[in-house]
Amino acid sequence: MLFFILRRLVLLLPVLFGLTVLMFVIARVLPGDPVALAAGPNATAAEIARLRAEFGLDQPLLMQYLAYAWGLLQGDFGYSIFTRRPVADDLIAFLPATLELVFAAMLLAVVLGIPGGLAAAVWANRWPDYASRVAALAAISMPRFFLGLLLQLLFAMWLMWLPLGGRFPIILDPPAFVTGFLTIDALIAGDREAFVTALRHLCLPAIAMCLSPLATIMRMMRASTIEVLQQDYVTTARAVGLSPRLIVFKYVTKNALSATLTVIGLYFGWLLGGTVLVETVFDWPGIGLYATRSIVSQDFMPVIGVALAIGLLFMVVNLIVDVLYGVINPKVRYT
Amino acid sequence: MSDAALPPPPESARSLAWRRAFFRFRQSGLSMLGAAIVLLVIFVAIFGPWLAPFPEHVAGGVDTANRFRPPSWAHPFGTNELGQDVFSLVLAGTRISVLAGLGVVVIAALVGVVVGAIAGFAGGWTDEILMRLTDLKLVIPGLILAMAVAAAMGPGIVNMVIAISLAWWPGFARLVRGEVLAKKEEAFVTAARAIGASPARILFRHILPNIVSPVMVKMSLDMGFAILTVASLGFIGIGVRPPTPEWGTMLSVARAYMPDFWWTAVFPGAAMFLAIFGFNLLGDGLRDVLDPRARR
Repeated sequence: MLFFILRRLVLLLPVLFGLTVLMFVIARVLPGDPVALAAGPNATAAEIARLRAEFGLDQPLLMQYLAYAWGLLQGDFGYSIFTRRPVADDLIAFLPATLELVFAAMLLAVVLGIPGGLAAAVWANRWPDYASRVAALAAISMPRFFLGLLLQLLFAMWLMWLPLGGRFPIILDPPAFVTGFLTIDALIAGDREAFVTALRHLCLPAIAMCLSPLATIMRMMRASTIEVLQQDYVTTARAVGLSPRLIVFKYVTKNALSATLTVIGLYFGWLLGGTVLVETVFDWPGIGLYATRSIVSQDFMPVIGVALAIGLLFMVVNLIVDVLYGVINPKVRYT
Repeated sequence: MSDAALPPPPESARSLAWRRAFFRFRQSGLSMLGAAIVLLVIFVAIFGPWLAPFPEHVAGGVDTANRFRPPSWAHPFGTNELGQDVFSLVLAGTRISVLAGLGVVVIAALVGVVVGAIAGFAGGWTDEILMRLTDLKLVIPGLILAMAVAAAMGPGIVNMVIAISLAWWPGFARLVRGEVLAKKEEAFVTAARAIGASPARILFRHILPNIVSPVMVKMSLDMGFAILTVASLGFIGIGVRPPTPEWGTMLSVARAYMPDFWWTAVFPGAAMFLAIFGFNLLGDGLRDVLDPRARR
């Protein structure tokens, strides 16, 4: 097991190299003046010249890349003009909020999507299946930021059931920092009121975010369940006289899950990308909102930093999914 | 010499397959609905500026005396913070969104076909290097990559289309490479080689025409997502600049006036949803009829 994980880690190295090269190319080689961008719109010519020397832009590209990669290794992601802090510090401060949102959305999508897909497969080609197909396509077609605005309009502005945005009211004291996830921290602190407050803020953004992965997980689960239902051992189980419920829940679900799990891993990365839009709508203080605010104020380094951070997270999640996949499906284990 | 004496040429297998596919496509109500929505969207994209009841607003004119009028007969979608007719803006915005989406898909398909065909046909080191390049797509979500590129290149619709295409082509490259690899082993390629056709001729005349349909399906499947991505970047604020009407940008402006003047946000958003939904329905239907593996 340990060897399997180590091997996967080594295989990540070329991917990591690719990611840094890509970001380097975007930051340094693309048309547009990165120095002027990094210096901000109000920089003087002297400031730009000083920054140009500081960036080492007179060096050959290879040396520039090495310097850049060396800086990354030391946690140097550049400097944000907008927050006036190193980008790495900002990322660490904003990341827990993003992760909490992504996990909440994923949880919703899995908890609703897997039973939904099972149901669609069991009633395949009858009306629940057709309805779920149209609903899934509609969910995938729904822009998350528009859905977010609609949810805000309905639940926060008209019905006033849930807060409009933000993560925690400024006037209240957030629970003590343990995991960075406010809901979990509140539970650890035993503060029921804070937990409810945090959960109420989490509700709408998580719903806006989960719809499209929910639809995909449902369709995936449906397809793989139908495939498993046609296997010989299911026919055997049916012939032996096991109840349909037992067959579906005990023998089919587990086998159908392993294909779906890969999609969940892929979607995790996709959610990390989509978090930018939802965070912007709900003023959720994560790295996505950080990136959009930076883009709007032409603050360039944080955007690259966020892209790098999301790329790294994406890789880690795919590693975890690979390992989990081995746990669920012994056939692929440790090969 | 006259052809009159010859019997009519037998219908080629290819055109028969297309007719069969079209028949199956018509059997599905959802696919037809998708096709109808797409036709409507394309119609509006072409004729939108002439259909708009207030063309002067599309050009950037304002009417501050009529700010925030709720939906009425004169203004079916109401008016916005500048007194502009939202219905006219939504109609005119269709063209930008469809053109930008089309631009993304076409550029991505062209680059992807070239890279994928070369990789699949040449094999060896060329293949290895090109495929590692496409793996970059697996490293980072497309929207984030497009954001970073758009941020580096500055705002504007052309830059935005380029930025999104850069994140988009690897999908096409993978698809085309797989298809080329499969077709390369077919008997008709061996036959072409046997009669001395050059590699370029084999690739362009024999292999590529045979992989048009999966590429078309992917283009139509991707069209909805391309429009969505364009609108997303507009919403973030790095897409099209006002006064050019674009759905995502309109939504990001309308956000600020939301509870009371909901119509400035809801109608552009609904138009966006309808267009994306139509393309997705159509793409889904096309995939069902053209890709036997997806049929069940």
